Amino acid sequence: SLRLVQELEGHLDRVWSVAWSPSGHTLASCSGDKSCRLWENSSASASSTTWRCQAVVEGGHTRTIRACDWSPDGKLLATASFDATTALWEKVGGEIENVSTLEGHDNEVKSVSWNSSGSLLATCSRDKHVWIWDVQPGNEFECMSVLAGHTQDVKFVTWHPTKDILVSASYDNAIKVWTEDGDGDDWRCVQTLAEPGPGHTSTVWALSFNKDGNRLVSCSDDLTLMVWDTSADLYDSSPDHALWKHVSTISGYHDRTIFSVHWSRANGLIASGAADDSIRIFAEDREQSSTEPGGSTFSMVGKEVKAHSTDVNCVQWHPTNPRILASAGDDGVVKIWEVIGNLSLLG
Amino acid sequence: MTPGLINANPVVHETKARSVRTESTDENSVDEFDALEIFDILSQSCNHLNVVSEDDIDVDNKSSHVRVTFTPTVQHCSMATVIGLCIRVKLMRCLPPRFKVDIRVAPDSHASEAAVNKQLSDKERVAAALENPHLVEMVERCLQERDG
Repeated sequence: SLRLVQELEGHLDRVWSVAWSPSGHTLASCSGDKSCRLWENSSASASSTTWRCQAVVEGGHTRTIRACDWSPDGKLLATASFDATTALWEKVGGEIENVSTLEGHDNEVKSVSWNSSGSLLATCSRDKHVWIWDVQPGNEFECMSVLAGHTQDVKFVTWHPTKDILVSASYDNAIKVWTEDGDGDDWRCVQTLAEPGPGHTSTVWALSFNKDGNRLVSCSDDLTLMVWDTSADLYDSSPDHALWKHVSTISGYHDRTIFSVHWSRANGLIASGAADDSIRIFAEDREQSSTEPGGSTFSMVGKEVKAHSTDVNCVQWHPTNPRILASAGDDGVVKIWEVIGNLSLLG
Repeated sequence: MTPGLINANPVVHETKARSVRTESTDENSVDEFDALEIFDILSQSCNHLNVVSEDDIDVDNKSSHVRVTFTPTVQHCSMATVIGLCIRVKLMRCLPPRFKVDIRVAPDSHASEAAVNKQLSDKERVAAALENPHLVEMVERCLQERDG
């Protein structure tokens, strides 16, 4: 169901993550080699084997670059590093320049995410905190809020696709949902998705919203994916208001830590990548067989058992092309995949 | 922080009789590992503190999987994560990258067993630790001392 389009080689260490630019024209990859590589396709078709490394972004970090994310206008690339900083990069002329460096976390920054309008940036760290940065003119970034609540390192942050709602995932096994207070100058946790309610039993590594933002999928060291649903008003933060409800647990597929999950905004499919070297693809069942009220079930519709020769660290669907998926692994390789088959039957 | 501060007089264990390995004569066989071979690799580092014995090593060549269980010298040994890290580094250097390595402290051998196991299996924390010069120096010293 997956055809390998091209292997992109060049990184000198494991590749931790990849991020498509909003247009899907450029793929950024970041690595333990302290660099980011920007890959572009000279052909109009993402599935042609003409991906090339167009630039190497380096010199901004002294340690591993763990994550990267493009601003919604595609102009700025943010890179999060174990060196405790987040750097911002912009193409000036033909060169990629470091235009800002955000300091404040006590130690490793593990994830970075832009909100949908590009006005806010979130970062998280082993220091257990999530920082929200206000994006100001002239590449100035001011810390707006420091979110405390997780009891262990925070592995991942991502914003809702349209609203200023942030979700975070942690080594403490919890997912937290954060929104701005009514009076608009501070942020607070409005829901924690964790045991003793439905929740993961080990580290939560990644999160992804669906296109509409009414569903959220999480992946964990407990070898499961969990799907969460909301029909609620996401801005209603009254204490008893359960924003997100667990609707499905997808288990029995990966047999080692699931590091990455991504919900395609172009085809509605969920891709996951794990330390078992495999990529798996899931679709929601049309015939609802779940007995849980409001529940739903998902089936595996595709897999690549040996997607990389070692751990798969990241999977990312192309933002517009429903057939293209990128992956990154401990083998130092970035791969571009094409989904084969009838997508309308899959999704 | 050195091991000596925690356990100044470690019991030095005698090495027990080794199992005999039968060498494969099939020239087409892939490079396979067994528990003894892994034990040999590790015995250069931690054997004399009796942290690992051959029985604590499971090797599955078919699925390229190695599981090492080690016993920290004392229940509250704060060196447990460093010992675990040493074992991981040693195996990382000696085994082909296709091998998945799980390292755990023996059940009931450590006061914070679950926490130590979780930390040792988190490859992001391990990667970050191995970029910490202080920790790397400690690991290198641990591996070197017993190599000699």
